[in-house]
Amino acid sequence: MERANYRLHESAASLLVAGDQADEGIGSSGVRNQAAIMSAHRVSYTLDSTLDTVNSAEEVASKIATEAGFGDEDVMKIAMAVREAAVNAVLHGNAYDPGKKVQVDFERTAEELVITIKDQGKGLDLNKVPDPLAPENLLKTSGRGIFLIRSFMDEVEINPSQTGTEIKLIKHVHGSAADGKEASQ
Amino acid sequence: MSMKTSTRQVDGVTIVDCSGRITLGEGSVILRDTVRDLLGKGNKKILLNLGDVNYIDSSGIGELVSAYTTVKNQGGELKLLNLTKKVHDLLQITKLYTVFDVKDDEAGAVKAFAK
Repeated sequence: MERANYRLHESAASLLVAGDQADEGIGSSGVRNQAAIMSAHRVSYTLDSTLDTVNSAEEVASKIATEAGFGDEDVMKIAMAVREAAVNAVLHGNAYDPGKKVQVDFERTAEELVITIKDQGKGLDLNKVPDPLAPENLLKTSGRGIFLIRSFMDEVEINPSQTGTEIKLIKHVHGSAADGKEASQ
Repeated sequence: MSMKTSTRQVDGVTIVDCSGRITLGEGSVILRDTVRDLLGKGNKKILLNLGDVNYIDSSGIGELVSAYTTVKNQGGELKLLNLTKKVHDLLQITKLYTVFDVKDDEAGAVKAFAK
């Protein structure tokens, strides 16, 4: 376990070096606080409401998921879920408004990778999200984003409010208790 | 990273060889414009070869659906050829795999179009 935590700390440090736009990190903490440092790591990005943001969020997600030790298949799923959530934030939430930002947080612990994406839109009306698998919706040209996000992540929380929609995406690290539970089902 | 297409004719069928990513933005627009141009020229038998498409997002899936229904509504046929595993899996979980006519053999796919 100690070895696993140490690896987490190592990769967290390299991520901070690579992430120019990271708002905060753990790099300045001393040895005394290493237990806390090694158990959790968080990076935040504040991004414009543009298509570039969608691509950037996807790329960063792919990089962080890879560094967290996820396999290729899971990295693809995580990156795609983040892409879809970023698309929703940029297009449907902020509606490309240059005055509105998209906040993307990545938080990694020994057990899971948690990605939170928040826009500054009017708040998603979950009642208006159609079931894309319903026969009458199969040939619709949109409305599959949230379905794909739910398909690719272990847990998804969507919290709309009047100041924007926050979506939290969680993927369990392979071998965690949650994964073991799923595998036994 | 971006999407590229090239077209060729085989026995009255237009094969569109696609490569790259069909995603929100450029990729989806290129696919839409390509299909629109073909229909404008009267080419209504379209086989989309997705063998080199390694990534597609919900917007790209929507664009495939749009292409399918647009061609069908104009009395044509659109089929898909050579799906990569990622695209295949995406069409499976979105229940679109059975909506599209998916082929894995070009010659057989060309023959499957109505004469």
